[in-house]
Amino acid sequence: MGRQHGGVTVTIARTLNAACEALAADPEALVLAGGTDLMVEINRGGRTVDDVVVIDRVPELQGWHREGDMLRLGATLTYAEMADPAFASLVPALAQAARTVGSPQIRAAGTIGGNLATASPAGDTLPVLAALDAEVEIRSHQGHRTVPLDEFVIGVKANALAPGELIAAIRVPVLDGPQEFLKVGPRNAMVISVASMALVVDRVGRTVRVGLGSVAPVPLRAIEAEVMIAARLDWAGGRSPTIHDVERFAELVADATRPIDDHRGSADYRRRSIEVLARRALIRAFGEPTP
Amino acid sequence: MSAVSTTLVGDRKREAGIGESPPRPDGVPKVTGEFAFSSDLWHDRMLWGGTLRSPHPSARIRSVDIGPAMAMAGVYTVLTHADVPGAATYGLEHPDQPVLAADVVRYEGEPVAIVAADHPETARRALAAIVVDYEITEPLVDPSLAEAAPPIHPDGNLLRRIHLRHGDPAAADRNDLVVVEGTYEVGMQDQAFLGPESGLAVPAEDGGVELYVATQWLHVDRDQVAACLGLDPGLVRLTLAGVGGAFGAREDLSLHVHLCLLALHTGRPVKMVYGREESFHGHVHRHPAKLWYRHHADTDGTLVRVEARLLFDGGSYASSSGAVIANATCFAAGPYRVPSADVEGIVVRTNNPPCGAMRGFGAVQTCMAHEAQMDRLAGALGMDPIELRLHNALTPGDRLITGQVVTGTLPVAEVIRTCAGSPSAATRPDQPMSRPGGAGRTADATHVVRGEALAVGFKNLMFSEGFDDSSEARCELQDGVATITCACAEVGQGFVTLAQQIAREVLSVEEVVLAPVETATIGSAGSTSASRQTWMSGGAVQMACEEVRTTLLVRMAAEYDVPVDDLVLADGRVCSLSGSLDVDLTTATIEPVTADVVHRHAPTFPLDADGQGNAHVSFAVSAHRAIVDVDPDLGLVKVVELTTSQDVGRILNPTQALGQLEGGAAQGLGLAVMEEVQVVDGRIRNASFTDYLVPTALDMPPVRVAALIEQPEPGAPFGAKGIGEPPTISSTAAIVAAVRRATGLDLPRVPVRPADIALADAAPRGAR
Repeated sequence: MGRQHGGVTVTIARTLNAACEALAADPEALVLAGGTDLMVEINRGGRTVDDVVVIDRVPELQGWHREGDMLRLGATLTYAEMADPAFASLVPALAQAARTVGSPQIRAAGTIGGNLATASPAGDTLPVLAALDAEVEIRSHQGHRTVPLDEFVIGVKANALAPGELIAAIRVPVLDGPQEFLKVGPRNAMVISVASMALVVDRVGRTVRVGLGSVAPVPLRAIEAEVMIAARLDWAGGRSPTIHDVERFAELVADATRPIDDHRGSADYRRRSIEVLARRALIRAFGEPTP
Repeated sequence: MSAVSTTLVGDRKREAGIGESPPRPDGVPKVTGEFAFSSDLWHDRMLWGGTLRSPHPSARIRSVDIGPAMAMAGVYTVLTHADVPGAATYGLEHPDQPVLAADVVRYEGEPVAIVAADHPETARRALAAIVVDYEITEPLVDPSLAEAAPPIHPDGNLLRRIHLRHGDPAAADRNDLVVVEGTYEVGMQDQAFLGPESGLAVPAEDGGVELYVATQWLHVDRDQVAACLGLDPGLVRLTLAGVGGAFGAREDLSLHVHLCLLALHTGRPVKMVYGREESFHGHVHRHPAKLWYRHHADTDGTLVRVEARLLFDGGSYASSSGAVIANATCFAAGPYRVPSADVEGIVVRTNNPPCGAMRGFGAVQTCMAHEAQMDRLAGALGMDPIELRLHNALTPGDRLITGQVVTGTLPVAEVIRTCAGSPSAATRPDQPMSRPGGAGRTADATHVVRGEALAVGFKNLMFSEGFDDSSEARCELQDGVATITCACAEVGQGFVTLAQQIAREVLSVEEVVLAPVETATIGSAGSTSASRQTWMSGGAVQMACEEVRTTLLVRMAAEYDVPVDDLVLADGRVCSLSGSLDVDLTTATIEPVTADVVHRHAPTFPLDADGQGNAHVSFAVSAHRAIVDVDPDLGLVKVVELTTSQDVGRILNPTQALGQLEGGAAQGLGLAVMEEVQVVDGRIRNASFTDYLVPTALDMPPVRVAALIEQPEPGAPFGAKGIGEPPTISSTAAIVAAVRRATGLDLPRVPVRPADIALADAAPRGAR
C-alpha cells in the first residue's frame, strides 16, 4: 500500500478506512494533512521523518456539513474553506480566526484538524473551539470515540490521540448570537498569536462563552467572567451592559489567564491584552456600555 | 512623481537608454521562478557540505572527536581547524575570525567542523556524530562592560574608538542656550534576505578551485579564500551565483572557505545551503547601539554644539565594525550645520552574534537618535520641527562635523520642503483589517490615534577614509553587439539593467550582452554596497564604452579619410555630419573594438586624531514623512502612509529608483516597529521567519514620492548619485517619531515593541 521513499514509507490514503488501517499497521506513523506545521518542523531538523500517512485525499475527512443544530467539520477542512461566506455566517468566530492564520498559501493548505492535533498554545482556531464547546471525533481501526475539546488538548503541543488514532471531524454548535475573534500580534498579518480571544453568545441558552489563546499551556475558558456577565445581561430587553459590568467582565477574563514571558511577549503584556480584548469583544457583541 | 530639478536629462535617443525603464533581464525569470539562485546550483557527482556550530556563545574547546562521523557510510570527509592549510583567520578589515574555531568559540553558531557527505541528511547525521568537549565560560554580553572586561580575543575587546572634536569646544559654555539631552537605543536588525547562504565549489585540475557563490564582492572574497587555502589567488576562481538578496549580509565570508576545503579534500564538487535558522547564525547583523546625545541651540533654533556618545556592539569578530562606527560618528549630527561637536564613537567586541554591514551602515542608528533630538529641541524651543530643520539644513559650501566642506550637491532643504509640503492622501480606514492589529481585528475606529512626523537622514556614498576604491570594466563592440565585462555583483539592485542602458546610451547599440561575473576574466569591481555601484561600476562601463566609441570613430575617420570631429554615433550608425559617410554599426565593427578601464572616484583621506578630514567622496540626503495609526491600549501600530523626497543626482532608471525607495523604506519600517534579532545571554531567541518579523503587504503602505531632487553630482556618471541606502535611513526615524506624536510617549528605542506603548505608565489611553 505504501511507497518507499529513502527508507520512509508514504501511504496516501483514499478512504478513511484505508487511513485507519495504515495507522493500525504502523501506529507511530506521522499523519500528514496540510503539512504546514510538520514540514516546518522537519526542515528545522526538529523532527526525524518516520513513516507517513497522507490524509488530504480522504473524502470523508473533507468539507463541512450541517447536522441539525451542529456543524460537522471534516478534519482536513482548510482555513481558506472556513472563509466561505456560507460557513462564516454559521460560525463567524471560526472564520475570523481562520483568516488570521499565516499567508494565503498557508490558509489554502493548513487544516483545522492539523491545528487541533498540533495543539499549540497559539493555535488560532483553538480558543474558538473552546468557546464553542467543540467535540472531537476520533477514529481508529477499532472504531471511534468522541472527546470534548478540553480533554483533547492536554498540554503544550500534547493531545489525547492514542497511537493508531486520527481526528476524523470536529463538531461545533450553530448558535443564535454574535461571535467575535480577536488576536494580538506585533505584525498586521502572518503572525503567531501573542494573545487571542473568542467570544460567542448563545441567546437561546443565555450564555456568553469565552475562549482564550496563548495565555496558558492550553486554550482556556473564562468561566467566572462568563457566569458573571450572563447574569448581568438584559437578555430579554437587549439593553447594553453597564460600564461597570464591562470592566468587571474584562478583569475576570484577564484573571483567568496564566500567561508566561517569552520572546513573543511578556506575561504582563499578554494579561493586559486579554483585558483589552475582552472589553472590546463584549462591546462589539452587545453595543456601547450604558453608564 | 514630480521632479524638482535643476538640470535635466538630455537627449533620450534610444528606447532603453539613460532615463528609461527597460525591463530587467533577470526580472521575468525571477518572477516566474526560473531564475537560478545559488541554492539551485548542481553538479554531477557533487557532495553535500554541512557545518557543525557551537551551541555556546563562549566556551573553550577541550577536544573534537571526528571519529564517529568519519566512520559513517556516505561521509567523505570531516575537517576541523587543523585542516586549514593557509591563514587560520579571515576578515574584511582585520583577519580576526577563525575559518574553524580552534581552542575557543566566541559566539553561538561559530563554525567548529565541516563535513562532506553523499546526501544532506547524511551530512546532518554526521554533524550530530561529532563529539566536541566544551568547557563553557561566562559570555561577555554587555557592550558597556567590554572595554574593562578581560579580552575575549587576542586583539582585545575594543574594535575602534573615534573621538571626533570639531569647532570651539567652549561654544556651549553659555547660560542662554536651550539644551536637550536624550539616550536612545537601536536593536539588532537582520538583513533578512530570502536566499540563504549557498554555493558550490568544484576542484580544478590545476590544483585550484572554482567557487560559485552568492556574494557582494567577488575579488575580496577570492583574496580571503586564497589566503586561508594557502593558494595563489589566481588558483581560486569565483563566479557569481544567483543572489537572493544581500543588504550587507554577504560582504563577509560565510561558507566560502569551507566549501573550497571540502572540495579540495574530497576531489569532488561540494554544495552547501544553509537552513534558515543556520543563516541567522551564519551572517553578520546590523549593530545594536546605545546613543547618548546633548544638543545646544540658540533660542532662535540655531544649533551651537552637539555632543554624543555612541556605543555599538560589534559582536565577536571585527567584520566591518571599524567603518560602521566611522560612519556613525561622521554623520552623528545629521544633515545640519553644527559649528561645534564632540562625538565619541566606540564599537566593542562581545560574545554576541557578529555585526557588520547592513544597508545604511551606521547612519541608521544615529539618524533615529539625531532626529529624535531635533524633535525634542523643537519642543523645547516651541518651534515647528520642520522649521527647525530647515533653519539648520546643510548646504553646499558648509562644513560637516568632520571639517569637510560639502563641495558637491546636497539639497537638504529641498528634500525637507518638498516632503513636508506634499499633500497627504491618507484617509481613515473603514475596515478593522486596515487598522493597527490588521488581520487580528483588534481595533475599532475609536481605539486609534494618529500621528505624523518627518525625519531627515544622510550618509556618504562609496568607500571612505582613504580607501583605494575602484571598479574595472571592459567593453567589446563587435558586429554591432556590445559585450560588457565587469565583476560588479548583481544583488538585486539592477546593475544588469543599468549597464545595458549605459552601453546603449553611449554606443547607440541595440544589443548589449553582459559577460559572466567572475574573477578570472577581469579585475575587481569593488563591493555592491555603500550605494556605490552605479557610480563606480556604472562609471567604469561608461568610460569603457566612451573609449570604444572614440577608438571606433578615430578608426573610421582614418579609414574613410574624414575628420574625426565630423563623425557621430547615432541610431546604430556611424555618420558624418556632412553626410559623406553613413555606415551601420554592424558593418563598422566587423573588426572588434575593445576598451578596458579602471574607474576611481576622487581620493579620500583618513580621519585624523580628532575625527577631522576629507574622508568622504559624496553624500546623499533623504526625508520621510510618516503617518501612523496607533492602538495605544494594545501598543499596535499601522503605518498608514510614507512620503519621501530624495537627493538622487539624476535618475537613470525611474522604475528601479522607485524600487529602491520602496524597498529601503520597507526595511526602515521593519526596524521601526518589528524587526529585531532578540539576543539573550548571547543566544538568538528568534532565528526564524516565524519570529523574526519583516513587514507584510498589510504592514507596508504605498510609498509616495514627493520629489526626486535631480541636481547632477559633479564627478558622477551622468550626475547620478547612489540611491540604495538613504531610504532605509530616514524612514525608521520618521515612523518612530510619528508613533511618539500619536502616543505622547518618549519611545527612545527601536523597534518599538507593543509593550513599550501598552505598558507605558504615562500612556494616554485611547478611547475604549
